[in-house]
Amino acid sequence: MTGMIEVSLWRGKADGRYQTYQVPQRANQTVLDVVTWVQRNADPTLSYRFACRVGMCGSCAMTVNGRPRWTCRTHTSKVIEDGKLEIGPLANLPVIKDLAADLTRFFEKWQRAKGVFAPSKTRKDPIERISPASAPRIAADAAIECINCAVCYAACDTVRWNEDYLGPAALNRAWTLVNDVKDAGNKTRLAAIAEAGGCHACHSHQSCQEHCPNKLNPTASIAGLKRRTMQAYIKGEL
Amino acid sequence: MSARQLHTTAPRRNALWVAAMVHRISGLALACFLPLHFLTLGLALQGEARLDSTLRWMDNPLFKIGETMLVFLLAVHMLGGLRVLLIENMPWREGQKDLALAALAIAACVAFAFLVGAV
Repeated sequence: MTGMIEVSLWRGKADGRYQTYQVPQRANQTVLDVVTWVQRNADPTLSYRFACRVGMCGSCAMTVNGRPRWTCRTHTSKVIEDGKLEIGPLANLPVIKDLAADLTRFFEKWQRAKGVFAPSKTRKDPIERISPASAPRIAADAAIECINCAVCYAACDTVRWNEDYLGPAALNRAWTLVNDVKDAGNKTRLAAIAEAGGCHACHSHQSCQEHCPNKLNPTASIAGLKRRTMQAYIKGEL
Repeated sequence: MSARQLHTTAPRRNALWVAAMVHRISGLALACFLPLHFLTLGLALQGEARLDSTLRWMDNPLFKIGETMLVFLLAVHMLGGLRVLLIENMPWREGQKDLALAALAIAACVAFAFLVGAV
């Protein structure tokens, strides 16, 4: 494969602008390859974030031609439009510089959603056996492969409307813990996610599912949280 | 908001985002209609003749089209609301886009049936 791609990259902070570069097109080239080519051959001051390059770490998500994507696993041949690529930082997050978005707020919301495992036993207790076929484990397994890339957060219009909204990833994480029978933090967790900006703020657009690179369905997780918080409220636990 | 965020239209390219907007706009439109509905009904307080003359004035094709729109809005809002209630209160089921499309199609059929019956 030969030819050039017209690549527009976001430069600067929130008030920056797109700058265009000509990048050689290659076979099996990923969007991350394109960004790396620009930094190494055209402008070494370009800032972006990546680590594993194999879709494990969730560091390299960017906005590619208007859609949030994991750039290390996105082939340019699949997303190029009229020979052009427009690459910006993730939406719904502050920009640090160029293609690097500030994920602080994103991870603060994981904390607010009580996305931390609360142990119910000590290290002296025997390890509890959990059947992979049990209903809670199946529900947790369906949501557990999140790589924290924030693609769902950038794709969510409810996040854009409501700054307080915890977002799909944090709530999806909370759902895995709600279904973890070893976890002892559900009382405070359900109280935290039932508050304003919690699971009930979700409008079920399913954009998170549409864009999740790991094919997870955070909307289903959030719907589960809505049911669990409602049940807890009826029982007088909230 | 930066220009970059304005360029991100990803959520709106989603059929279920459109379904949510149809639900919201139909709800707002129905909320706008309700005061007019109550004002019309309230004419009965001023006597049977006043209400009857208003209803006769409304008995024209333009109002029939308006009523058909109203039936469509009511049906699409109710069916869309039922879909959301199912999501939030029943175990998750796939195929939400199909359900949203079905709600739209049924609402259109109901409105068409109303129009045919009204003419």
